[in-house]
Amino acid sequence: MSERMISFQERMATAEFRVHERAHIVVDGAVCGDCSTRECVVACPASLFVPTSDGGIVFNYEQCFECGTCYIVCNREGAISWSYPEGGHGIVYRRV
Amino acid sequence: MSVPDVDVIVVGAGPAGSCAALVAARAGLDVVLLERGPFAGSKNMYGGVVYPRILDELIPEWWLEAPVQRWITRRSTMLLTDTQAMTVDFRSEAWGAPPYNGATAYRPDWDHWLASHAVAAGAQLITDTTVTGLLRDPSGAVVGVRTDRPDGDLRARVVIACDGVNSFLAKEAGLYEHTDASHYTLGVKETLALPKETIDERFAVRERHGVDIEILGGTSGVNGGGFLYTNLDTLAVGAVLKLPALASQKRRPEEVIAGLKAHPAIAPLVQGAELVEYSAHLIPEAGLEMMPKMTSAGMLVAGDAAALCLAAGIWLEGVNFAMASGMYAGEAAVEAARSGDASERGLSGYQRRLAETFVLRDHRKLRRAPRLVLSDRVQHLYPQMVANTVERMFRVDNPAPKPGLRAILRQERRRAGVRLGDLARDGWTGFRSFG
Repeated sequence: MSERMISFQERMATAEFRVHERAHIVVDGAVCGDCSTRECVVACPASLFVPTSDGGIVFNYEQCFECGTCYIVCNREGAISWSYPEGGHGIVYRRV
Repeated sequence: MSVPDVDVIVVGAGPAGSCAALVAARAGLDVVLLERGPFAGSKNMYGGVVYPRILDELIPEWWLEAPVQRWITRRSTMLLTDTQAMTVDFRSEAWGAPPYNGATAYRPDWDHWLASHAVAAGAQLITDTTVTGLLRDPSGAVVGVRTDRPDGDLRARVVIACDGVNSFLAKEAGLYEHTDASHYTLGVKETLALPKETIDERFAVRERHGVDIEILGGTSGVNGGGFLYTNLDTLAVGAVLKLPALASQKRRPEEVIAGLKAHPAIAPLVQGAELVEYSAHLIPEAGLEMMPKMTSAGMLVAGDAAALCLAAGIWLEGVNFAMASGMYAGEAAVEAARSGDASERGLSGYQRRLAETFVLRDHRKLRRAPRLVLSDRVQHLYPQMVANTVERMFRVDNPAPKPGLRAILRQERRRAGVRLGDLARDGWTGFRSFG
């Protein structure tokens, strides 16, 4: 293939995130620990939900598009607490 | 009874919010426009085409100043299977001259421009401020909002919630009955840089003319669709993916885009283009089926927050519905402020305007379209059936004589596993929606 493959890290580096110290999304591992379907892992466009070797999920809020996909596809009540970041923070799409 | 700080609070400076603020401020009301991003449009993305004619009255000759990338003069609807492509391609020179039809534009530019009109009309734009909840009086009427600023409560006669597809304000006010994942699609997009001359050559356009390609198929088996739009010196390539299908098919969104870009009909168009931005946003896809109640005492809901996005296959529109509903919400807020009645009855001019105009008339006419377009048959069976039929029509199998179209259709329908009854039913639904 002639097209240069880019890593997911490079892909995410194209967007600007002004990260706030408070996590605007919190994942409760106690609720989602035994979930076998894990819609969030597949669907999150920023791939912020990462399965761990012990069967849990690690979540990073820093590079979040604030789209809402994760809490809408999630089947577990209370697994994902979702709010917007503090004003002025989070994803900033650029003006050209 | 609390004393309002201002007449109107508009939450969210997207296309709905800025149009609402513009209308209310022009009428002389005291308007605050709250935006959680550092500037209007900073949180917003879409595929890339806007249909701005609704602005004709609000901003006469808007085309002289709007931050447009290219005017859409060429519109293609493309049907893809793994190895085939069929395109219906239409061009019109008329769409390249005022008053134009569609245009590609970057949302941070577009939304920023619209917000600047609201500010020029006298609205006070406050950025970097997230609204965290509603203020309500003992009767339950909305009387203001809580923000994340210190002493951040702000009171108004009317709150207009233009807080986007997730609208926590509409949900808090109890206007959505429930949230159903199948009502949403995820839009993911790559903005790819290419020199203007290369885009002009590849897409056969000149000057500021551009192309809109809507794609059925090519989304790696996930129900949804693809798109490819031309900006001045970038391409917008992406997919709109039904949420439950995306999760159950175990396909990552960026893999779906990669699959689309690798399709033999798309690859030559995007070859060598460099990724400059990757972005994602939810789309309220189900139209009338998911729409909330849009008015409650003291509050109106507009734009994506009210699920006013038209996702009907050949028509994919949202920003125009947002701008229109924002305008009408602004007008209703003016009526309520003047009459001193911000009850549901005092705000009823909003629902009336929505019902009388394209905003709800288009949605009513096309109420069956979103479900049809995203159905398994339209997504997985019909494209193969149509592509195989066309392939056989144009294949010259000499010495065999040409087969009749009816015979080919019958065979290909069977081969694709399409039942005649389903085809007739879907055809009738399509005819009633689009006819």
